[in-house]
Amino acid sequence: MAGSNPNAKPMNLTLKVWRQKNRNSEGKIVDYQVKDISPDMSFLEMLDVLNEDLLHRGEEPVAFDHDCREGICGSCNLFINGRAHGPEKGTTTCQLHMRKFSDGDTITIEPWRANSFPVNKDLSVDRSAFDRIIQAGGYISINTGGTPDANEIPIPKEISDRAFEAATCIGCGACVAACKNASAMLFVSAKVSQLALLPQGHVERKSRVENMVAQMDKEGFGACTNIGSCAAECPVGISLENIAILNREFLAAKATSNNLS
Amino acid sequence: MSWISKTFSSSIGRKIIVAITGLFLCSFLVVHLIGNLQLFKNDDGVAFNIYSHFMGTNPLIRTLEWGLLLGFGFHIYESLTLWRRNQAARSVGYVSNHSEQNSKWQSRNMALLGTIILIFLLVHLYNFFYRARFGELDPDINNNDDLYTLVVSSFHQWWYVALYVLAQVALCYHLLHGFKSAFQTLGLTHRKYTPAIQAIGYAFSIIVCAGFAIMPLYFFFFTNGQGEPISSVAPLVDSINLALK
Repeated sequence: MAGSNPNAKPMNLTLKVWRQKNRNSEGKIVDYQVKDISPDMSFLEMLDVLNEDLLHRGEEPVAFDHDCREGICGSCNLFINGRAHGPEKGTTTCQLHMRKFSDGDTITIEPWRANSFPVNKDLSVDRSAFDRIIQAGGYISINTGGTPDANEIPIPKEISDRAFEAATCIGCGACVAACKNASAMLFVSAKVSQLALLPQGHVERKSRVENMVAQMDKEGFGACTNIGSCAAECPVGISLENIAILNREFLAAKATSNNLS
Repeated sequence: MSWISKTFSSSIGRKIIVAITGLFLCSFLVVHLIGNLQLFKNDDGVAFNIYSHFMGTNPLIRTLEWGLLLGFGFHIYESLTLWRRNQAARSVGYVSNHSEQNSKWQSRNMALLGTIILIFLLVHLYNFFYRARFGELDPDINNNDDLYTLVVSSFHQWWYVALYVLAQVALCYHLLHGFKSAFQTLGLTHRKYTPAIQAIGYAFSIIVCAGFAIMPLYFFFFTNGQGEPISSVAPLVDSINLALK
């Protein structure tokens, strides 16, 4: 295998995995042993090995969310050894590799914990609350015509860079998972500031922040207390500055919008 | 529901109230600390009693007192409302959670720190404010209520001094997070000024809380029952008093 380390020794690990039959049942931690795990495997490949084992033994495999396995889709979401997406900074679970662990380690694997993210089964959670927040205003609905020529709308490089930084949010929910308050403000702030920074987003600027914050509250997410766990665990490095922008946008919208209700 | 009540019952609206009242309470701490520095004046409490008489009778101060009560009231009520909301947002916790690897202890324990400060505040208000305003204190040589003697005798009780110092440590940690957090909540961040706000917040927390903590410690360890400095520190206190004259 290209790039593999020939000296890397296979590892044996103990996994403590959250098992839960469905939304309404009680879950519990179950211990599993996995053997001959290559340090070159990704964390999800290691779970694939576990599931192969379970299938051979006639047991139910562990359900977990995953899709692209390239760190860009935001599907994978495991709370590994007490950290969202595991111990490595700026990484999604699928980009976490087993070389970060040692032979004989015990690894605790849990789903995101938030009442707004109910557990579907085992490690898979329902993150449709995020979709409903986006539906409340995280888009541009004005008709912007066909594809414009490059540089037709002048946007300073610094502004477009900041908007792009905010736009890199993949909606994985690690911010909610890591937050003591299960707050979704880093996610909401990334979308609000991305669109508030760009001219196309200005038309719906006020109603967007009002509606998205109202939906966020309705979904039952907690309120941010500026702890900073979210930004520390965010796999794409969305900064706390966005939450300050969200607060600013919210206050300005509430003070000046024509919405009286 | 009108737009105003809707704004201030939203999560961000409540945070904004906590931030504004928090900064207002910080301004109160400065005034309270500077006024109380008169305890160190080696004059049998004459200056301190004049000051406390003024604070207890001046109509402007008495009006502002209601503002202070409202400030505390809103800060505590809104914080508790948010705390309950946040507790309810995660009813099943993690089996393993290493939040110490991604955040500061004081940032995660603002409610605990606030509760310690509140307990201290109630004891403190009963012992000094209530007795000065509604109790009977003996007059001093200027015929002002002799609050100074009450302060000195209180600060000679070890458990009282211990409670004060513990409360100031809690307040310090509360401010270490709270000061800069208030600016973040109000959206007052800027790449040029935020580092300065954070540095000022650190200095403010430590200086103010150390200033308050020194008072009971000074009276307990370095004064006699009348509040006069013991011989080993008397020359130092005299020279400071002289320098400030």
